[in-house]
Amino acid sequence: MQKVIKVGMADLQVVEEPHILTTLGLGSCVGIALYDKQKKIAGLAHIMLPSSTQIKNNSNLAKFADTAIDLLIKEMVKRGASTARLKAKITGGAQMFSFGNNGGDLMKIGYRNVIATKEILELYKIDILAEDTGGNHGRTIEFYSETGDLLVKTIGFGLKTI
Amino acid sequence: MTFTIEDLNNLHLDVLREIGNIGSGNAASALAKMINKRIDMDVPIVQILAFEDVAAILGGEEMVVAGIYFEVEGDITGNIMFLLDIASSKILTSILMGREDGSEELDEMDRSALQEVGNILSGSYISSLSALTGLKIKLSVPSLCIDMAGAILSVPAIQFSQTSDKIVLIETLLKEGSNQVKGNFFLIPDSKSFDKLLQSLGVYS
Repeated sequence: MQKVIKVGMADLQVVEEPHILTTLGLGSCVGIALYDKQKKIAGLAHIMLPSSTQIKNNSNLAKFADTAIDLLIKEMVKRGASTARLKAKITGGAQMFSFGNNGGDLMKIGYRNVIATKEILELYKIDILAEDTGGNHGRTIEFYSETGDLLVKTIGFGLKTI
Repeated sequence: MTFTIEDLNNLHLDVLREIGNIGSGNAASALAKMINKRIDMDVPIVQILAFEDVAAILGGEEMVVAGIYFEVEGDITGNIMFLLDIASSKILTSILMGREDGSEELDEMDRSALQEVGNILSGSYISSLSALTGLKIKLSVPSLCIDMAGAILSVPAIQFSQTSDKIVLIETLLKEGSNQVKGNFFLIPDSKSFDKLLQSLGVYS
């Protein structure tokens, strides 16, 4: 039976065909979906911050783009995926609130999360097949292990599959 | 030593609750003055929650809510957020503008009223906090966002996550006649300011 597995904030999960991964209400966080098409293994991480190295309280590996991607790859390889076959789709990284021009670091956190995610994926030589990032709205995503499709739902900006 | 939210004990919670109480009281009277009607208030509930549990209180991550966000400057820095569900937002703006349009949607007028009322309510909390601590605290202009609770909460959650995985929530219930408005107030000092705040309140251990 097909199951829908929820990925919380600062969390990551891996499933195999035919199961579905979902994360609800992504804002400035980034959803990183990795897929091994041959083995139909899907992994999804919901990261909050760009880097574990700039922070003391970094025990939760799924919270940071760098450590989450590393851990997600390891978990997928454990299930039989190959790093060389992994492809990525990324979503989120919105700026929910704006304060004119003087947003400060926190306001740009969504953007910084996206940049960090791309840099780290590049280090692992994982191509980004599609992305739906930025803007000022939230996103709920569903990631299908059968196809690798990523469904993005929004309030007022409709639905799309990337 | 550095203080984290996990270290908060009952005494600290009582102090935060008291700030919530006085702040909500001031907010209620500011609102009452504005609309020239009586506003009652329940004793605020102060909770420390893991951020993944915060959305559940609001009806789930995908529930559409209104968040009004401010930057805090002065002796302490950080942010505060005032969060309302859409029903409460609509009731609040209807009370404020003395109209009932029967619509569930928030139009431009509602949005600007909401921003203003958020400003007044948050200002009341901050002036209570300022009076209790003797710290100078200033608020930026408000920024309003109406979207999924999870997405809006990601902003304070990210900020909190740099020091802790917990969030301090002050829940206030305001009543005007049969109308109930539930407001959730998040105080998000940065870690240095959190120490300073507790020190000023005389509860630093």
